[in-house]
Amino acid sequence: MVTTGRRWRLTAHVVLAGGVVLSLLPVYLALVAASHPVEAFAGGVPLSFGDHLLENLAAAWDRGDFARQGLNSLIMAVVVVVGKCAFAMTAAFSITYFRWPGRTIVFWLVLITLMLPLEVRIVPTYAIAANALQPVRTILEVTGLDTVLAWIFGIRVDLRLSLLNSYVGLTLPLMATVTGTFLFRQFYLTVPDQLLEAAKIDGAGPVRFFFQILLPLSKTNLAALATISFIFGWNQYLWPLLITTEPDMRTVVMGLEAMIPGVDDPPLWNHAMAATLMVMLPPVLVVLVMQSWFVRGLINAEK
Amino acid sequence: MPEREPRPAARPSRLRGKSGFDHRAWTALAFAGPQLFVILLFFYWPAAEALWWSFNLQPPFGGNARFVGFDTFARVLSDPEYHRSVAITFVFVFASTSIAMAAGLLLAAMADEGLRGSRLYRTGIIWPYAVAAPVAATAFQFAFDPVSGMMALVNRAHPGFWDPYLDGGDALAMIIVVSAWQNVAYNFLFFLAGLRAIPTTVLEAAAIDGAGARRRFFTIILPLLTPTVFFLTIINVADNFTNSFGIINVMTQGGPGGATNILVYKIYRDGFVGLDLSGSSAQSVILMIMLIALTILQFRLIERRVNYEL
Repeated sequence: MVTTGRRWRLTAHVVLAGGVVLSLLPVYLALVAASHPVEAFAGGVPLSFGDHLLENLAAAWDRGDFARQGLNSLIMAVVVVVGKCAFAMTAAFSITYFRWPGRTIVFWLVLITLMLPLEVRIVPTYAIAANALQPVRTILEVTGLDTVLAWIFGIRVDLRLSLLNSYVGLTLPLMATVTGTFLFRQFYLTVPDQLLEAAKIDGAGPVRFFFQILLPLSKTNLAALATISFIFGWNQYLWPLLITTEPDMRTVVMGLEAMIPGVDDPPLWNHAMAATLMVMLPPVLVVLVMQSWFVRGLINAEK
Repeated sequence: MPEREPRPAARPSRLRGKSGFDHRAWTALAFAGPQLFVILLFFYWPAAEALWWSFNLQPPFGGNARFVGFDTFARVLSDPEYHRSVAITFVFVFASTSIAMAAGLLLAAMADEGLRGSRLYRTGIIWPYAVAAPVAATAFQFAFDPVSGMMALVNRAHPGFWDPYLDGGDALAMIIVVSAWQNVAYNFLFFLAGLRAIPTTVLEAAAIDGAGARRRFFTIILPLLTPTVFFLTIINVADNFTNSFGIINVMTQGGPGGATNILVYKIYRDGFVGLDLSGSSAQSVILMIMLIALTILQFRLIERRVNYEL
């Protein structure tokens, strides 16, 4: 380590402390706001803590229907974590340990999804969620097979499968993972080939090798991927906003918006901020507790 | 921020692989199958459909779609509203990226000094990454509220100074701040990793030659960080193009008067509120082309590490 002067070190402390203060400022304000009764906002912002925090948290919990929507968020986050881990491990296995014609195709198909974020294919993706069998239908129509089928069976088939307001629709499209797939690909490439040879000599096929040798070795990478996937899953906003219409299927992140007081509403900022604190708590806790896994998952192959 | 998954940080090596279980193509397909199914159904089919709709027009009173060639693109590209949206998007992306990167670099350079308590500082700086954009937007909505929030204090001293509900410039500044606030964490971590990778021997040599901390930063550290700078610029720009949806939908809904109606939000509005399927699709295709260009740039730059060999 290059020794640095005292003044320089002091500057560094000041800058870093300033950064931390700025990053915490909105939360501090939210905490302050969440601790006051609504009357406190009439004359502008209060700057010190009040004593209504628990009361406001309880009110926000009820108003936002956190019991139900929090459960939905949790289900969504956990299912997405499991799905991403499974998808990443299996797809990476397929393109690392097999020399088959699909190897390059799958590799590129997964990579290119990076360029197709939900925001740019929003309307047609909604259409798929509204009827997941639309592709089959279109193919039948374009090839004229639907007429043939109608002629054979005497009835016209109308294929419909709506994923709106369902957990499947909420989670399935979010399970695709470029980062996870390449994280595991990178990891498999570092697994010694001798393990593979030994397993083959012992008569293990690919399935057995995957479950009994690769899976136990993958714990570290799974923890890293699970951490970033939980945050990803919990924080989803646009997708649930599109495909849920029933209040019972909403998630807390999207439910929060309804708590913000409009210009003409009573300024119930105390409830809105109490709800904000509750919504941000689970992913922030995950990052704090799993910090090293989180950093690892984020920076992944960059070592 | 992370409504989108973090991007892979390194370009995946292309043709390497193991000859593990050759001639088991069906097993390989079964392993790749689940993910393949999901991306074909929810990524490629919709993307293809957006492409198809951008060249076809749905008649307003039903009936079959009509092929119109590049007409929709011509209509979108000559629309003054679209020009305005492009201009706003560029201001937003440029400002937010510059602020978040400069702050991230500054903080990382300070955190790399090996100070006491640097772990605590790191935690304090990276935690906003865990907060969803719309949730951060809600917290800031209060802080920036002209009547009840922090800015009410400024407004009391200078009446009418701040009102993002009425003033387009205020609203744009507000979403820039929120977006930058979130992105600092990510930039900080990558800059820190980049700084840690710089060999201390070089810095020691410079110190022996009498270069002070500031000089070492500008003549050694910064040039060695160029790959990280390029990588982060591309990631930040790409993310700001798309990820700002949550912030805008919560805080401004594209207003006031379209002052924060950036491209992604316009696609959403035109598609779902305006029900202009073809126009929305054409805009999607244009944005997709921009993202493809950025991603190709990302991987090319990472391949050719812009770096001074040591």
